[in-house]
Amino acid sequence: MTLEQGIFILASLLMLGSALAMVTARSMFVAALWMIGTFAGVAVLFILLNAGFLGIVQILIYIGAIAVLILFAIMLTPDVMGLKPGPRYTGQWPLAAVMASTLAAVIVLLLVRAGNDWHIADAAPNVTDFAVQLGEAFMTTYLLPFEVASGVLLVALIGALVIVRDE
Amino acid sequence: MSSIPLNWYLIVAALLFCIGLFGALSRRSAIGILMGIELMLNAVNINLVAFWRYVEVDGLAGQMFAIVVITVAAAEAAVALALVRALYRSRDTVTVEEIDLLKW
Amino acid sequence: MLADFIETIVKILVVVVVLLTGFAYMTWFERRVIARLQVRIGPNRVGPEGLLQPLADGVKLFFKEDIIPAEADKALYLLAPMLAVVPSLLAAAVLPFGPDVTLFGRTIHLYIADINIALLYFLGLGSLGVYSVVLAGWASNNKYALLGGLRASAQMISYELAMGLSVLAVVMLTGSFSLVDIVEAQAGGRWFVLMQPLAFIIFVITMLAETKRAPFDLPEAEQELVAGFHTEYSGMKFALFYMGEYIGMIVISGVAVSLFLGGWQGPFAEQIPLLGVLYFFLKVAVFMFFFVWMRATLPRLRYDRLMQLGWKVLLPLSLANVVVTALAVVARDTGFFGLLG
Repeated sequence: MTLEQGIFILASLLMLGSALAMVTARSMFVAALWMIGTFAGVAVLFILLNAGFLGIVQILIYIGAIAVLILFAIMLTPDVMGLKPGPRYTGQWPLAAVMASTLAAVIVLLLVRAGNDWHIADAAPNVTDFAVQLGEAFMTTYLLPFEVASGVLLVALIGALVIVRDE
Repeated sequence: MSSIPLNWYLIVAALLFCIGLFGALSRRSAIGILMGIELMLNAVNINLVAFWRYVEVDGLAGQMFAIVVITVAAAEAAVALALVRALYRSRDTVTVEEIDLLKW
Repeated sequence: MLADFIETIVKILVVVVVLLTGFAYMTWFERRVIARLQVRIGPNRVGPEGLLQPLADGVKLFFKEDIIPAEADKALYLLAPMLAVVPSLLAAAVLPFGPDVTLFGRTIHLYIADINIALLYFLGLGSLGVYSVVLAGWASNNKYALLGGLRASAQMISYELAMGLSVLAVVMLTGSFSLVDIVEAQAGGRWFVLMQPLAFIIFVITMLAETKRAPFDLPEAEQELVAGFHTEYSGMKFALFYMGEYIGMIVISGVAVSLFLGGWQGPFAEQIPLLGVLYFFLKVAVFMFFFVWMRATLPRLRYDRLMQLGWKVLLPLSLANVVVTALAVVARDTGFFGLLG
């Protein structure tokens, strides 16, 4: 087993373990903290995949912004903080568990059977500085997605403000 | 040549997706559902970047897609949490089973 | 290979030791300077001029009783002080604190790592700093701590935006996220503070807010929140929060110096590398004095004013600055000024 594989296994265990802890946690606050563990695991996987820029973006946006936002919403909502006791799951949770595990079993089975039957062009990326490449691509080839994404962000910003505004 | 087969990434991402799916389908709290959806989006991102790295390393489409997904996830989280906030203010609950005005 | 490894380990050790000593003596420096500004004397009993005071404080905190509140969430309660220190220490890895040195026939770079996304790495670690505060506030099971934690997280998120955008202007001028490249681009006294005065002012203001220092120290406003998020902490865990705050101040000053004040650049720094290191530390020391000066001078902002300043003043200003800088860079690169002249 190489060092890379070892890191991959550790990161995956961290990620999947945190994810399981997240969906089973009784308190929403604790669940949100486990979610951060999952995000960190995903960031490690990105770095292993030679996408260091995305790894940092994952930390900056998911851990630094989205997770804090969710924690914030939880802390401002006494209902979720566990001050009002009640079950964590809806009545249909056994059905959800069966569906999710069936889907997992099917996908994993297919992937294992497919083996390495992909058109793998496994060459290491010939550039290291993806920040520059991505920046250029956003201004040329991918200009439209870039503009659409910024439009989505603007709409979401205004929409969120309108929804929470007092009258 | 990377020593990790592409399959490993895909399997891990599939498991993460299904855990997120379970969370989104079973949680009573609206915020719990949102967190489940975030996990599913993360799983999708792993797949996109893994396919980019192993199949299309000269293009940038995979990373590009992942960045757009992260952007949309951020927007989605902001709007969803604003909705939760407004809901809590008007109905005094964020439990999805109790939000049943349209159900009879 | 082995030599590289040893070199990196030695550099990490030196940086950590310098930061920890800097933290200890910063407490002494702050108390002395504030005392001076308030026409008092300050700690002067332990050792000459009170120089051994930090040591005495450390010993005292070591032997204090370590209290964990009965209803606290133990694991998170222990995790929070660690999270306060670790990101600040990690962020120091990308700071260039001197020019290359030749020692025993080896060229040694005076930075631990030159990664091409150093500034994003720094901002990312900065956003991790929020967690120590939120976790401390939540795990203490104390209403003052929780309110302090809430305030801190809102404040840090709000000001991080303006900080990121003010940094962006410098990145556009150099075309690189690497602090090493940015410092090199400022050779010959072309400090970016001259080209980007607005970005510099915004960065300095957000820097005070990010380190939760006066006049933005609302998360720990003693008149309303006892001690904010660290109300329940005692002994070494309390000291760790202070350590995190002061190391954060030193590192963020280092980044500010590298971005706007030429880093280690100065007269003859290229010829005598040690002079470069000295310049760097002097510039950082000026910032440390600035932190203390602000604390002694300015009253604390009201919370809504703080949010208004962040969202309605600093954010639009830094955005406008980015737009103007972008236009200027395009004009420079396309030779627009050449056409005019």
